[in-house]
Amino acid sequence: MLNAMAAGTLVAIACGIVGTFMVLRGLAFLGDALAHGVLPGVASALLWGFPGFVGASISSLAMIAGIGWITKKSRLSADTAIGLLFVGMLALGVVIVSRSQSFSGDLVKVLFGQFLGISLFDLTIQGSVTLVLGLMAFVFRRPFLLLCFSEEQAQVSGYSAKFYHFLLLVMIAMTVIVSFQTVGSLLVFGMLLAPAAASSFLSRKLGTMMILASGFGSFSVYAGLLLSYHFNLSAGGCVVLVAVGIFFMVFMLSQRFRKEHCYG
Amino acid sequence: MVDNAITLKEVSIGYEGTSVVSGITLTLPQGASLALVGSNGSGKSTFLKTMAGLLPALKGSVDVLGDKPGLQPLRISYHGQSHPNSFLLPLRSIDVVRMARFPARGLLRRLTKEDEHIVKESLSYMNALEFSEKPVNALSGGQIQRVFLAHTLARKADLLLLDEPTAGLDVNGAELFEKLIYRFKTEGKTLLVATHSIKEASQCDYVLLLDSRVIAFGAPDRVFTPENLLETFGLVARFSANDLLIMG
Repeated sequence: MLNAMAAGTLVAIACGIVGTFMVLRGLAFLGDALAHGVLPGVASALLWGFPGFVGASISSLAMIAGIGWITKKSRLSADTAIGLLFVGMLALGVVIVSRSQSFSGDLVKVLFGQFLGISLFDLTIQGSVTLVLGLMAFVFRRPFLLLCFSEEQAQVSGYSAKFYHFLLLVMIAMTVIVSFQTVGSLLVFGMLLAPAAASSFLSRKLGTMMILASGFGSFSVYAGLLLSYHFNLSAGGCVVLVAVGIFFMVFMLSQRFRKEHCYG
Repeated sequence: MVDNAITLKEVSIGYEGTSVVSGITLTLPQGASLALVGSNGSGKSTFLKTMAGLLPALKGSVDVLGDKPGLQPLRISYHGQSHPNSFLLPLRSIDVVRMARFPARGLLRRLTKEDEHIVKESLSYMNALEFSEKPVNALSGGQIQRVFLAHTLARKADLLLLDEPTAGLDVNGAELFEKLIYRFKTEGKTLLVATHSIKEASQCDYVLLLDSRVIAFGAPDRVFTPENLLETFGLVARFSANDLLIMG
């Protein structure tokens, strides 16, 4: 249980940091696609016996490259490219899974996570990647903030919009890859999106938004695990449900506060 | 000898290989001001974006402050037409202006007291100090425009590229424009400004009249001839006392 709580906290911190940029940059759909797009890589890894995160990394890179290639070479919008890669990768995942008869148990773990099966080795990897993500967010906070604010201003300020956008995608992919074992590839997107979206109603500064998002995420983990333990429910599902519940609560409270105080 | 801020030789500008204006050849001395005048779609914004390094020139050679466009971020400030007012994080106005100091301090160095002074002075110059603590997305369109102009000033750049800076302002736009031109002239800055206003353009040292090609380039009184105005706007008009008298 301790491992589960520690892993959940690390997921909450990583998702709080990266989710903040994802929400501010308007990359929610891409985050969702990346979270689901790891499926064929992870399924292949399970089928051929190599580590899941290696397969997930290959899948994520293929998706990022594919989206970039389609948007660059065609007049299609980014969301069309993302949608195409999203369903394509998901379909490929399903096809790979259908090749194996003894796959269903492992697949459930990939899709919904295994909060209670996290090893010390998994925790070490998760901790290291979370540290790297935190460092990246700190070092590149200025170009990322400018990029979220205005691509043109980022570029004119000397920060390559293309490079920092790519870096942001890599950070989202890294978060998905280290988090899917804990909360599952279907639910990691909820942890990326819900706490960051909730904290955007309450903060005026980037750092505050990240801290609040990580806090909401961590609370969701503890409350979700507690619910799961007492009512014998899916741990990942409970955690994400709490996170989404917090979003709606903060949203409604902020609407009420805005009416009363005009957000001044 | 005064160096040139901008030197263009047979330049074509446009988007994704489609030319908007071609055959632009001009030089602009440092410290001078140039107004880009033309109707919608005439190439004013494309011209500014090319100078800012946001769009590559399709043809010809472009020299901006002795370098290729986009390679001198510390010396160039750009005020675009579209503003990101749908930004999710309710950043305060003062934080938006603070972002203008990021290039001067790089990735990790903290903003200094001097930076804070520049930020406050820029907000004060644009009469935006009173709402500096308010989130940008709670301001009116005109107030947002003033905050973004304060951001542009706070860059302390040598070359300012302003795309319709007085559009949508809730204060007297002409008065503000005069104030800005005066400030840039006394500070020796080079200014490129896209405008629809002949009155504003006539306060600049040079005018570039565009209509998907260069109609004329030179001092305002030489450029605003009835023939050029007819060719650009389809108006029979006369330029007098820094304003346009429309004859029909």
